[in-house]
This record gives sequence, structure tokens and C-alpha cells, in this order.
Amino acid sequence: MRLDAAVLAVTQVVVMVVLTPLLIGLMRQVRSRLEGRAGAGIAQPWRDVRKLLAKEVLKAPGTSWVQATGPVVLVASSLVLCALIPLVGTVAFPLIPDDLFVVVGVLLIGTVALALVGLDAGSAFGGMGSSRHMTIAALVEPTVLVAIYALSVPIGSSALSQIVDSRMQSPASIAAPVSLLALVALAIAVIAETSRMPVDNPSTHLELTMVHEAMTLESSGRDLAWLELGSWLRLAALLGLIGALVLPWGLATEITPLTLLIGVVAVTIKLAILGAVLATVEVFLAKLRLFRVPELLAGSFVLALLAVTASYLTVQA
Amino acid sequence: MIAAGLLAQAGLMAAAVVLAAVVPARYRARAAGPAIAGIGVAGAVTGLLALGGSQGVVEMPVALPIGPLLLSPTALGGFFMLVIGIVGAIAAVYAIGYVHGPSASRSSWMALAVFLASMQLVAAAADVVSFLLFWELMAVASTALVLTEHAQRATVRPAAIWYAGMTQVSFFLLLAGFGILAAQAGSTQFTALAVTAGDSTEANVAFVCLVLGFAAKAGVVPLHVWLPRAHPEAPSHVSALMSAAMVKLGVYGVILVVTRFLVGGATWWGLLILGLGLVSAVYGILQASVASDLKRLLAYSTTENVGLMLLAIGSAVLLRSNGTTGVADVALAACLLLVMAHAAFKTTLFLGAGSILRATGERDLDRLGGLGSRMPLTAAAFGIGALGAAALPLTVGFVAEWVLLQALIHGASASDRILAIVMPLTVGAVALTAGLALMTFVKAYGIAFLARPRSQGAEQARESPLTMRMAMAAAAMLVIALGLAPGLAARAVADAAGLVGIGSTGLLGIDLPAVGALLDPAWLAILAAALAVPVLMVSLRYARRRPRREVDLAWGCGGVRVSPRMQYTATSYAEPLARIFDDSLRPERDVIVTHSSEARYLVERIQYRQRLSDVFETRLYLPAIGLVDRMTTAGRRLQNGKIHFYLAYSFIAFLVVLVVVTL
Repeated sequence: MRLDAAVLAVTQVVVMVVLTPLLIGLMRQVRSRLEGRAGAGIAQPWRDVRKLLAKEVLKAPGTSWVQATGPVVLVASSLVLCALIPLVGTVAFPLIPDDLFVVVGVLLIGTVALALVGLDAGSAFGGMGSSRHMTIAALVEPTVLVAIYALSVPIGSSALSQIVDSRMQSPASIAAPVSLLALVALAIAVIAETSRMPVDNPSTHLELTMVHEAMTLESSGRDLAWLELGSWLRLAALLGLIGALVLPWGLATEITPLTLLIGVVAVTIKLAILGAVLATVEVFLAKLRLFRVPELLAGSFVLALLAVTASYLTVQA
Repeated sequence: MIAAGLLAQAGLMAAAVVLAAVVPARYRARAAGPAIAGIGVAGAVTGLLALGGSQGVVEMPVALPIGPLLLSPTALGGFFMLVIGIVGAIAAVYAIGYVHGPSASRSSWMALAVFLASMQLVAAAADVVSFLLFWELMAVASTALVLTEHAQRATVRPAAIWYAGMTQVSFFLLLAGFGILAAQAGSTQFTALAVTAGDSTEANVAFVCLVLGFAAKAGVVPLHVWLPRAHPEAPSHVSALMSAAMVKLGVYGVILVVTRFLVGGATWWGLLILGLGLVSAVYGILQASVASDLKRLLAYSTTENVGLMLLAIGSAVLLRSNGTTGVADVALAACLLLVMAHAAFKTTLFLGAGSILRATGERDLDRLGGLGSRMPLTAAAFGIGALGAAALPLTVGFVAEWVLLQALIHGASASDRILAIVMPLTVGAVALTAGLALMTFVKAYGIAFLARPRSQGAEQARESPLTMRMAMAAAAMLVIALGLAPGLAARAVADAAGLVGIGSTGLLGIDLPAVGALLDPAWLAILAAALAVPVLMVSLRYARRRPRREVDLAWGCGGVRVSPRMQYTATSYAEPLARIFDDSLRPERDVIVTHSSEARYLVERIQYRQRLSDVFETRLYLPAIGLVDRMTTAGRRLQNGKIHFYLAYSFIAFLVVLVVVTL
């Protein structure tokens, strides 16, 4: 059991590290094509990471150890996320639950690392990005917890692997109104948490509207490479979670080479579909004003809350 | 053993008071400090024994016809003695290096000894009279400590008056509540009160009085107004003791009420406690997130944490009345874990804040910055405390919040409509609280310790002396140790309240069979470390090839100015939040724009001022105080100093008495 879980965790981490830059490349490519540009090809993010890793790091005066440690913490926390979330299979470690609260806790470690990196150099843009980032994170958290709480009600456990398992066994529950409400709420929360449109524009070059990019302005070389990779991994892991909840097929429930292979192929396809959909939708969206974002998040929270209360009422009926 | 421990505390208190009084100023801290730390250690040991099941009684006969005063800690009392004792010992060691000026005076050290000992004895009290006696002693000693620096700052006196006023409100409510219970039981001993229960009017009134009385001491909204004033004005070791230990006695009182005196009340009892907790948690952290005074921020965060504790107690009461005792036990365990967690990280944070205050003379985050390189140990300790307060994994704060959330999501059931609506809302509120706490403590750490210093005081800061560093390191270590191995804490908590359905597993992880959940943070840490190794190896490989190069100026999109005043401050960091929660915070903003004399379109200067006051204080207390003020002023007209008026009053009074008697 423990060995199986370890094999699965290692597989998930390796697969995600390999796939994530390709996923980002795919999303950028879809966007470019829809906007009538040629695009740089889906392997470009990989080339960027390799280039940045090899480049020199510039240290601004007054920066502290956070500048170097923050990026590593972000990547490590994203890797833990990849190991815990059921992406390729649903075999969990017996003593490290893939509990929803633990997953959110690990996610928040990365959030905090990024926010501190933004504050470290003491530039106004970094502080601005960090402040906005934390404000959004604070408002997203209720939605995330309540949405997954809604999904956990029918099976009475907050472990993600058990939730995914039960959805695999009864696919009808995926299309139930409760599940749809919760998924929409969760999707909005994921978009806000990973700084995508309409909350933040990942390809913006206007400092005043930046959130995520503003925090990484002072980082260079391998620091920047880790920050980028870490943020991409968060996006990919959360998309993978949504993928596992919406399309729970192909996940390995026991560990053999064949099931692992099927799981890897399945997660690749799911990520490609979700990434392409997200990129396509983003083309047609404009960024929201920062002070309209709370309205969006409040809306998603209400959806999640409805999902929970409705799930109790349907259990009764 | 227990009796010896209790007597040792009293004896050490007397010794500390004498030492503080007779030892000359130069050696006073080195004499009184260890003695007070001894009180804490004695309390912690006694508490541990009581938690382990030892029994013992100290009986003090008194001349009044109220029976002897009894001191006999239960397991629950022992748990609180343990927490208070550890906090007290750490704060006393810290005080040795910290005290200066008025806080190093005789009276201040004497009050500190009395304060710590009386807190521990409140937790040991086994009858109403001794409980209230030590409660008052604790209140008086802490008021004296809040007043320590009254000659230095004008803001100290109003803070002490608010504190003393609210403390007396709390005392009178408790007196009324205990009075009803004692009259019903015909005895003042806790063992006799334990049988009083039921749904009578007396029980309801006693419940409300006791809960509100204890809530006032715990700093629960709307009785919290003393807290954001008294905590910042007291010397930092006293703030740590008040926030990490004293307010917990309010929580202890509420637990006593619902588990011993008035067991199994109506549903609205649970809802009342839960509601108080919910409002306190959200309001407290909202105020903390926009505060820029570091100690005021920490004080409001105390209100938040106490709110979470009451929320846990309230859900335990609701769940017990619903019949799901297993989950109710988990909720109560969450409350006790929160007590432990908050004691650990709030001690660290207040001691860290004291260290900053001592080094820079500043408490305002907007004037700090860059302390990470100047005070590395303070920065590390405060950082760990902040992680704990933000409830991030691998700290004790996370464990406590995890248990609370597990209890909440397993508490609701389809058959109970109230629970099916209350529990999801509570989960949402706890999540919002956690999110805002994260923002608050990123702000506190990031603005104070990172970037460049924003004032001269911050620029010239030096690390604190050895005893202060030792105390901060010990407190920070507790945050991490209890977070990595919460199994011991879980067992202590289960013993303290006789809970089933909570235990330890794996590498001292925490196990909740009642809700089918377990958590082993040590394994999580091992997993994270294993995954970080390859990342570090890649980093080191490239670092050897290309080391970091220091440049003259940060990039800042080409727009970095040399002046540190151009950096983001705590106020600007919280500005989006203050705007989003404009309706509940009601900040007052003044923007004065001075135009250039040559053209109206050119701006010469912009002045921005923002004041954040406590809504409850301005909307509830100040009008009430104003009303009393007006009434007493009007009443003064009766007393005009003319003898014939006074004669007329007594004549009228005489007539009234005659009429009343004859009726």
C-alpha cells in the first residue's frame, strides 16, 4: 500500500513536471492561433525554463534570503500538490491524507512564498502585486473549501481520492445539480487562484494591472525559472483536479505498469482538453477591474454554499 | 503531589514579591525573573500531574460562613494550568532582558508575580469563592501591569480605564451567574454545582450571565473593546501573558459552564455561543488585516482566535444536543487544540513584537522594514509564529484548524435542518477567517522584516539580548514541535476533557476515528523534503556555475526611487481589503489635493489620511457612555448645595416611605 502510493506519487510528480510546460505552451499556442498569430510552438516554455535556469541571478540591494528561498518553496509546494492530488491514480498514502484541507494548506504555502518574494525587494510594483494576490487568495479560500465540502457530503469523507473513487463508480453523480454547482464554483476559484483571465492577465505588460507578474518583476535567472515553473505546476495540478472530478475515468485504482500507463495517457488528454478550453475562453474575456473581482468570488461562494445545502436536502429526499 | 505543587506556586509568588521589593534595581530582574519563571514551571508541572489523573486538595478555612476555600485542579484545569505555566515561564525569562524604565520597577515585577500565580490558581479553584477571589486578583494585577508606562504615553490611562471597566462588567456578570447557581445548589463547591441543569428560567439566566461574563474576559465581540487598547499599551511580556494565557481563562470558563455546570441545555445555547464565536472570528481578523499598529493587529488576531474557540465550543454543544457525541468530542478537542496553538504562536508573536519595539522604538508597521537582516533571530521566531497564526501546514495552528474543520464538515446531517444550514456557513466563515489571517500575517512579516527600513529607528535596529532570544526561540520551537508531532497534544487534550474519538497515530500524528480522518504532519514534512531535494540539487548546480551578482538598484520597471518611502506600506498593503469591506469597517478617509499655483491641472501635493476605528466602540459604546454622562450631568442639578433643598428631599423621602409602608 505504502509502496504503491510512493510509486504513484513519483509517477505523478515526474509526469506533471514534464507535461506542465507543454500544457502552458499548448495554451499559448491555442491563444496565438485564435488571435491570428503563428505562435512559438508548444515546447517554448520548456526552452524558457532551461534558458532561465542557466542565466545569472541579479540581487538587488536590501533583498534577503526570501528572494532565493521563496521560489524553491513555491516549486516544492507545487510538487507536493502534484504528489497528493489524484491525477494519475487514486492510491493515497495511508498516513498523509490527500485531505482537502491539507491540499489547500499546501497550496497556500506556495501563495505565501510568492507574496513574500513580491515584497522582498521593496519596489512599489512588487508590493502592489503581493497585496492584490493575497487579497484575492483570502477571498477565494471560502469558495474552495465549501465547494469541495459539497462534493464530500455524499461520501462522508474529505479525502480527494475517495471523492474521485466514488464518482468513478457512480458517474451519474457527476451530472447531478449539486456536483455541477460545486464544480462551477471550484472552477472560478481555480482561475482566481492561478491568476488567469478574467481575474489577472497572464500575458500583460502593463504594470498597473499586473497581479502575478508584478510579484516576479525583481526575480531573475533560476529564481524566475522556479517561480514560473512553480506557478505553472499549481495551475496544472488544479486543472488536473478538476479533470479528475469531471472526467474521473482512466485513473489507476491499483498500481500495475498498465494501469499507470493508462492513467498517464488519460491525464495528458484531460489536461490538453481543459487547457485548450481555458485558453479559448480566455481569448473572449476581458480582464475585470480589481474591485469587481470580489463580486465574482462572492458569486462563486454563493454557488458553493447552495451546493452544500442542496446536497443535504437531496440526501434527505 | 498536587497540593505540594499548589503550595509551591503560592510560596514562589511570595518569594518573587519579596525579591522584587528588596533587591536593588541593578539585580532586580535577575532575582525576580527566575523566581517568576519558577511559578510558571511549578504551575506547568502541577498541571501536568492533574492532567495525568493525580488528585489533591488544598483547603483554606475562612472565618466567613461560606465554607472553606478549595483548590483542587481537575484534568481540564490542569490542562489550562499547563498552558498558562509554560507561557508564564517563557514570558518571565523574556522579561529579564526586556524590562527597562517603568517596567523594571518594583511594583511592576511584584504585579507580574501576582498576575501569573493568580491565573494558575483560577484554573485550580474548585469552589465559587476562591475562583472569583483569584479572578479578581488576576484582574487587579493585570490592570496594574497595563498601567506600567502611564507616565510615558497619554494613551495608557484610557486603555487601563477601558480594561478595568470591562473587567468589572465581566466580574459582575460572573457574580450574578454563579450566585444563581450557588443558590440553586445550596453550596458554593463546583462538585455540588455540577448537578444543576435543566431548562428553567434560572438556568437560562445563569447561562447567559456566565457566558457573557467569560466572553468579556476572553475578548469576544462585542465585549472586546478593551483588548485592542490594553494589549498594545502594556509592556510586551505582559501583552503576551494577557493574550496567550489570561483570555484563555475566559474560554476555560465557557467550557466549564457547558461541560460541568449546565450540561445539555437548549439548542439556542449552542447557537448563542457559536454566533458569538463566528462574529468575533470574522470581525477580529478583518480589523487585524487592516491594522497597521503591530500590537493592535496581534490583539485583534486574539479576538479572532478566541472566536474560533467559542465557535468550536458552540458546535460541540449543538452536536451533543443532536446526539452526535463523537463529532462533538472532536469539536471540543479542536477548541482545546486551538487554545494550545494560540498560546504557542501568540506568545512568539507578542515577544517578537516586543523585541521590535525595544530595538526600534516603533510599533507602527508603516515605519518598520528591513529588520530581517538586522534582527535575524527575531525575524525567524516571528516568522514561525506568523506561519502558525496563518494556520499553514507543519505548524500547530494548522493542526488545530484542521481538526476544527473536520468536526464541522462531519457535523452536519440531513435530518437536522439547523445543522445543515449552520455548518456550511460556519465552514465558509472559518475559511474566510483563515484566508484573511494569511493576508494579515504575510503583511505583518513582509512589511516589518523584508524590503528596506522605512524609518531611522528601523535602520539602526540591533538584535535583542540573550534571555529575550532564548524565550522567543523556545516559544517558536513549541509552534513547530507541536505542529510536527501533534499526537502528544492530542492525547493531552483527550485526557483534559475525557474525550473519546481522538488519539495519536504514526509518527505522533493525530487520529480522529470518530470522523474517519487522520493527519501525520511528520510524514508530510518528509514528503516535502524528499521532493525539494531535486529542486535544490538543480539550484546548487547552477549556483556553482553562476553565483548571484549584487547590483546597485532594484529593477522596478526602471522606476525604482532611492527613497524607501516609495515602498508599499502596511496601510497600502491592506488598502484593497479596506475598500472591499468598506461597509463593515467604515474607515474615515481624508484626501487633500493641493494644486499648483500656475495651473489647476498640475498637482503639487496630495495628502491622504485614513483612520480606522472600532465600529462597536464608536457605534455602541460611545453613545451609551454619552447617555450615562448626560444623565449624571442632569442628576447633578439635584445636588445644589442649598441646605433647605436637602431638608425638603429628606422630608419627601420620609413621606414616600410612610406611604409605601402603609400600602
